[in-house]
Amino acid sequence: MPSPTFVACLECDLLHRHTPLPHGGEARCTRCGARLYRCAPPDANERALAFALTACVLFVIANVYPIVGLEVQGMHNSATLIGAVESLWDDGARMVAALVFVTTILVPAVELIGLTWVLVALRQGARGRGAVPILHFIESVKPWGMVEVFLLGVLVSLVKLAHIATVEPGVALFSFGALMAFIAAAASAFDPDAAWTQLDATP
Amino acid sequence: MNAAPTAARSGLLACEVCRLVSRAPPQGSDAHCPRCGAKLHARKPASLARTWAFLIAAMILYIPANVLPIMDTSSLFGSQRDTILSGVMFLWSSGSFVLAMLIFFASIMVPLAKMIALAILAGSVQMHSARHRRARTRLYRAIEFVGRWSMLDIYVVTILVALVQVSTFASIHAGPGAAAFGAVVVLTMFAATSFDPRLIWDTQGEAS
Ligand SMILES: [Zn+2]
Ligand SMILES: [Zn+2]
Repeated sequence: MPSPTFVACLECDLLHRHTPLPHGGEARCTRCGARLYRCAPPDANERALAFALTACVLFVIANVYPIVGLEVQGMHNSATLIGAVESLWDDGARMVAALVFVTTILVPAVELIGLTWVLVALRQGARGRGAVPILHFIESVKPWGMVEVFLLGVLVSLVKLAHIATVEPGVALFSFGALMAFIAAAASAFDPDAAWTQLDATP
Repeated sequence: MNAAPTAARSGLLACEVCRLVSRAPPQGSDAHCPRCGAKLHARKPASLARTWAFLIAAMILYIPANVLPIMDTSSLFGSQRDTILSGVMFLWSSGSFVLAMLIFFASIMVPLAKMIALAILAGSVQMHSARHRRARTRLYRAIEFVGRWSMLDIYVVTILVALVQVSTFASIHAGPGAAAFGAVVVLTMFAATSFDPRLIWDTQGEAS
């Protein structure tokens, strides 16, 4: 039934024959230019796991410590991300609070834990409990993780506040910066084709 | 010339999750990917209708998102209600040109451009246009990439509300515009994911 010899472009549906690529090579659709597949190095998913584990640690730090502190006339105020979501919620902006929570905490957490879980399962050569639905799920929620946009938002608010108060960037701000880099590194190292092939082979 | 060999014309279905290409089952039965179990369809179901529905809802909410204040600031010097545009103008007049431009682009231009682009994409598919297919596919890719950045102002408001609280020298509250604006971002993202770029190439197979 399945024909692994063919690959279809997801953006224009053109069929291509699956041909082997040189290392680091990338196949693009001949009609619309969309990326079809690439030839990842054999240790791609090992590296993705290392990046994902680092990102998990950074995620915890980024959520525990304050992102920014503010000092005005001797009064000090600082906010963690979850604290910021809470004050929005208490302020009555519940929809906005929910949106911020989902895009900066929930989705990145689900994505990181899910990816780590799947990569560990693959490493152990087993299918792993629920690896297939997890991989499926993290692919579908991916567009909703917006750590990099959030980081820019924090920087913009720092500049805005710097006019009226003394702002101190917190530990979490730097963690968020690093988190953004490691999420991107894990995502680009991750080789889904190898993962699916392996999951397919282990019944 | 022959029609381009697409999966649909060859009786094959490509999985949108794991990319496996498999043979389409006989008409009428539901297809599932033999590898990952995802539901298979040749094209996203009701793509144009769903795209238009989300897009029109986003266009309607774009008005309150820009007219209603997204932030209320009250301090010893009085209170101020800021819409997105008045916030940008305030930044501009206080000399923060880069910041003003950044927020202007992310909050006003990006959602607007995204809605116009989606309308062009959906409209051109509906009119069976065969022109500029590659450019239209690129436009779709750009929309998906750039759309998320319009969340910027939502995050700025979040941080400002959290840090500047009642007990200190001033207080900042999120205004109703923020919810409308967040809804615009979410709706345009749903509109973009509902649109199936393969429809751009479906109109015919012989030309170009
Ligand atoms: Zn293509
Ligand atoms: Zn599949």
